[in-house]
Amino acid sequence: MADLSSNFAGIKSPNPFWLASAPPTNMGSMVERAFDAGWGGAVWKTLGEPIVNVSSRLASIDHGAMRMIGLNNIELITDRPLEVNLREIAECKKKYPGHALIVSLMVESKREAWHEIVKRSQDTGCDGLELNFGCPHGMSERGMGAAMGQVPEYTCMVTEWVKEVAEVPVIVKLTPNVTNIIPPAKAAMNGGADAVSLINTINSIMGVDLDTMVPHPNVNGMAAHGGYCGPAVKPIALNMVSELARDAEFTIPISGIGGISSWRDAVEFMLLGAENVQVCTAVMHYGYRIVEDMIDGLNNYLDEKGIASVSDIIGKSVPRVTDWGNLDLNYVVKAHVNEEHCIRCNLCYVACEDGAHQSFEFVESNGHRYPRVIEEECVGCNLCALVCPSPGAITMKRRDDGSNPQTWQERTAS
Amino acid sequence: MSKLTNEQIEQNFADLHPLMSAAEALAEASRCLYCFDAPCMHACPTHIDVPSFIKKIASGNLKGSARVIFDANPIGSTCARVCPVEALCEGACVEKTLVQKPIEIGRLQRYATEKTLTDGEPVFAPGKLNGLSVGIVGSGPAGLSCAAYLARLGYAVTVYERRAEPGGLDTYGMAEYKMTRAASLAEAGLIGKMGVKFVTRTSVVADGRGAGAGTVTASELRSRHDAVVIAAGLGATNRLNITGEDLPGVIDALTFIEAIKTRDWSSVPLGRRVAVIGAGNTAIDAATQAKRLGAESVMLVYRRTEADAPAYDYEMELARQDGIDFYWQTTPVEILGDGRVTGLRCSNVKGDETVIDCDQVIKAIGQAKLGPALGEMFGVEIDEKGRIRVDDEMRTSAAGVFAAGDCVNGGAEAVDAAQMGKRTAIGIHRALTGERVTFAGSGVSK
Repeated sequence: MADLSSNFAGIKSPNPFWLASAPPTNMGSMVERAFDAGWGGAVWKTLGEPIVNVSSRLASIDHGAMRMIGLNNIELITDRPLEVNLREIAECKKKYPGHALIVSLMVESKREAWHEIVKRSQDTGCDGLELNFGCPHGMSERGMGAAMGQVPEYTCMVTEWVKEVAEVPVIVKLTPNVTNIIPPAKAAMNGGADAVSLINTINSIMGVDLDTMVPHPNVNGMAAHGGYCGPAVKPIALNMVSELARDAEFTIPISGIGGISSWRDAVEFMLLGAENVQVCTAVMHYGYRIVEDMIDGLNNYLDEKGIASVSDIIGKSVPRVTDWGNLDLNYVVKAHVNEEHCIRCNLCYVACEDGAHQSFEFVESNGHRYPRVIEEECVGCNLCALVCPSPGAITMKRRDDGSNPQTWQERTAS
Repeated sequence: MSKLTNEQIEQNFADLHPLMSAAEALAEASRCLYCFDAPCMHACPTHIDVPSFIKKIASGNLKGSARVIFDANPIGSTCARVCPVEALCEGACVEKTLVQKPIEIGRLQRYATEKTLTDGEPVFAPGKLNGLSVGIVGSGPAGLSCAAYLARLGYAVTVYERRAEPGGLDTYGMAEYKMTRAASLAEAGLIGKMGVKFVTRTSVVADGRGAGAGTVTASELRSRHDAVVIAAGLGATNRLNITGEDLPGVIDALTFIEAIKTRDWSSVPLGRRVAVIGAGNTAIDAATQAKRLGAESVMLVYRRTEADAPAYDYEMELARQDGIDFYWQTTPVEILGDGRVTGLRCSNVKGDETVIDCDQVIKAIGQAKLGPALGEMFGVEIDEKGRIRVDDEMRTSAAGVFAAGDCVNGGAEAVDAAQMGKRTAIGIHRALTGERVTFAGSGVSK
């Protein structure tokens, strides 16, 4: 049994799985049920001045019969009275002293407003604060959320205000709606943040109803862009996390967020530098119960790898991420079809023919027609192996002897 | 003689492969890998572009999906119901290799074509009339398919059918739990709407043989039309040539099934203990339906071994599930009875005799070839097996006379007949106009 306990910027939790600030953490009874199900921590639905929400608020993108590979929302921060939330946070923390309970905050850009809500929040006994500088819809039109996170100077300034009064760790939640994640992240660090969390949701329009011609979600015949999350955003989040993790000047912990649905996703985030992870969409889809397999699967993975503690995997893949110019130009792989596993769907053939480098031909073998790689034409792009539905039918085999590695940097320097 | 109520029988004759719901179809269609140059398409005798029609279901383009199907097979809705998919498209599906569960192509095909069938609007419009006329003898799968393609090419097509309704075996001979008469008539109706004229209750007879109401002679046909297609199928069920064969209580399988097709269950002649002779697909159809109608016990009697039984494996499995008793290597030698069937005397391989207690005998030992009669009627050559001889373009030995379907191949699936109908239309067009045309799936190899 591996040690799954987590210490994130001084905030302790029994495991690295936190619920992100979102509908699943809307109120005390929900967070308590989540802790009972096994979640190690929860970031409360963002507190702030009372708001009014619209109906409807969510829309999804499906793939075939697979529902909700991506979700977007135009819901705002909590619509519950501040006092009620604060009371429930205090009660919850008392009941679950060993779990991490973080309060997410978003108020207008006034120092006093931030001071006041920070003080009132930490009076609940919460373990940390998360500054919501990420929401890209609604609140950003009022100068909050992503409007903060998109301007490094604002990010730094507000973080400083918060740190003036904060007595618990402060996490800054970053928006991905920027061209470069490093400036706002460093601004948070320079403002005194104890950690960052990313990514918040991505600007998006989820689709259009082909009959009414109104985009989703429809609010009385009109639509507005919303925040995109769910499994489809994971690669974007992984990149941004790794960008920060491999920046030597960026030295505060990262909480990984973005499409995490399973222990495998969580491990990937942690390998790329996240010290813990936050989950929302998968819980909105399947409920709190998913954490059971996240814990179980992570534990089995660590045991099988002989890794004693989950903290030992943090950042393990970071040294494996570099700039393109540092990749070995003389490394050569070629696709190879293993006929014993080939089901002859010919997807490799058509993908290569129309989408890559025309490196396949058909051959008769054992009375059947099989696709075969023309090695001289194959550039080793992986496309055939990616489209192949049959495990083991296509393998990418190394064809150089490794004796002469050379990067673009090296080639252009000489 | 049924021990069942009408409601129970209706339940027993509900669709074996029911229509998919939209959600079910989307889930199944999404599972399709969309193979390139797909094995299922090759395995289909009409070479329907299966991945294409399935992809269209997934994209919500049902109209386009139906078009892909009917383009390659004008009786695509029938074939969706009655094709031995396990031996054809689904048998070739790569998902069978990958996860041991092929895509349900047959049911998806039915789903895709259902709206066309219920709306009654064909997806292909007839071509501009080219002034040429074709007469088709027989409105079964081959005749219907040929008629549809000829209509698309602009021919005036008349189909002569001896029965009251078009469709041939699709209408009168399919197991009712696979395909209803209404579905068959609806599909024939689509082809009718393409301008094809059905002249029913009209038999083709040899010249000088009582041409009158309800008949037309072979030479009349040849003078009326620029080309004639013989698509008359097969003849009556073969005789056993044993004593007692004409006793009341002995019936041939096709007559038995035809009675079931009325869905007037009480009108079907049914025994309490039913012996079905034969082990082909028609024998299974008769046996399972006798059981589903409420016969107490149904026995399948076959002179050879189980391994020799010509029925498809999945048909045998259905018979097993329906509780049919099998008598292998059991040769009927006499039907016993005094004014009515009381038993079937059989011998086994050792020559020992047994008597199977039964009060009905259903004969399902194949149908006679019509080739000899038709050959004489139209002056066309017949092969040694009694089949009409045709060349690659479906031409018989007589100029202007073509042939397709069971009377050419000796008896196969509806889908094989549909492909032959397609090839016949192409052959006729080339013979009459010199132009080579192709239709979906006409140039695909097995």
